[in-house]
Amino acid sequence: MRAFVPSYQMVSPSSLSEALEFLSRGNSTWKPFAGGTDLMVLLEAGKLPHKNYVNLWNLKELHGTEVSDDRVTLGALTTYSEVQRHPLIQTEFPMLCQAAKETGGIAIQNRGTLGGNIVNASPAADSLPALLAYDAVIELISKAGQRTIAYSEFHRGYKEMELRPDELLRAIHLPRTVKLLTHYYRKVGTRKAQAISKVCFAGTAAVTNGNIESVRIALGSVAPVPLRCQQTERALVGKQIKRETISAAQAELTEEISPISDIRSTEKYRLRVSLNLLEDFLLRLAET
Amino acid sequence: MGKKIDITVSVNGQARTLNAYPMERLLDVLREQLGLSGTKEGCGEGECGACSVMIDGQLVNSCLVPVAQVKGCSIKTIEGIATADQLHEVQQAFIECGGAQCGICTPGMVIAAINLLENNPSPSEADIRNGLAGNLCRCTGYLKIFESVVHACQQSTK
Repeated sequence: MRAFVPSYQMVSPSSLSEALEFLSRGNSTWKPFAGGTDLMVLLEAGKLPHKNYVNLWNLKELHGTEVSDDRVTLGALTTYSEVQRHPLIQTEFPMLCQAAKETGGIAIQNRGTLGGNIVNASPAADSLPALLAYDAVIELISKAGQRTIAYSEFHRGYKEMELRPDELLRAIHLPRTVKLLTHYYRKVGTRKAQAISKVCFAGTAAVTNGNIESVRIALGSVAPVPLRCQQTERALVGKQIKRETISAAQAELTEEISPISDIRSTEKYRLRVSLNLLEDFLLRLAET
Repeated sequence: MGKKIDITVSVNGQARTLNAYPMERLLDVLREQLGLSGTKEGCGEGECGACSVMIDGQLVNSCLVPVAQVKGCSIKTIEGIATADQLHEVQQAFIECGGAQCGICTPGMVIAAINLLENNPSPSEADIRNGLAGNLCRCTGYLKIFESVVHACQQSTK
């Protein structure tokens, strides 16, 4: 049933500090609201129990990107459209561009934000495996101050995050430190546009003479959280890409992920596709 | 309980002051307060694009935008596309190529097509498919719609 809209409140602060002031008023009275592409769906379905929101959309402190020698910083409200248009993200972080392009249609990409995607914490979110594979660092801010944490430590359980009610995700930092030679991103869904993924795979690696020097792998829709697969990575570092290496990595990945059957797919299918994507990624590496 | 707020916007070039609950959907305010019922509701969850409008030149699903977020913005709906005596070339192309059947998706499809051509005046077929991927049609099978967009491009470059 549709929600009763007059029972909802939304304030629109004119500055970040004013927004943080609202969030600091105990008991989680106020919650942040970004592009609305998830929350408005819940509202319409009558599944948005919380009533009081702080509108972040017009806060310029949360928009925009910055590039320095060692990192690219994306404001939390950077939209999928902005991600795709950014020349440096296109060249250095192509998986993020691809994820942004494959998330919803253009109307969603104009409104959906990276920060919103992170904090909504859906295990099926398409940009999150890319951020994990790029070793993103996230910056949290509150009235009390700010802190940065590795993004890989942010999701702690299904929709549970390293984020206090008074904190806001301010920005995402992508380190430019490693020259990653291969970027491999695949979203597998029912339909190319709009559909939510059944499995999403992001992998990067540096390979020299067939030897894997470094590798990062992250998957979506196969665990309660978007998952960085370090156990599988450990099975690959320092190895030559051979049939045994692929099989060993697949065995590790089988242990590491915990797909379920739900409305979009089955446990068996998700496992099979995950292992196939891992193999495809490693074979791609072998060609480099 | 929330309180209604005043929101000043420009809609199809005219300054308007809306008075609405902040989380009302832009779609509902356009239709019910301004009587702009050309913008349709299909799914109400951002999948179908029937409610497409442009905010400051950007394509959005108006069912997913709380009206508080459009303060000071410039909104364009299907009613703002044709002039008093002339259809937009995309509208004309939809008529000539059979791009409209039952008509529910058509306003959103036209808005999305115009937005596509504003950003990319000579799109490839892949560009057209991508540009309209967020707009669902259950009648045409899409080919007539793609043809309409191609036809509109040809007309505008004549």
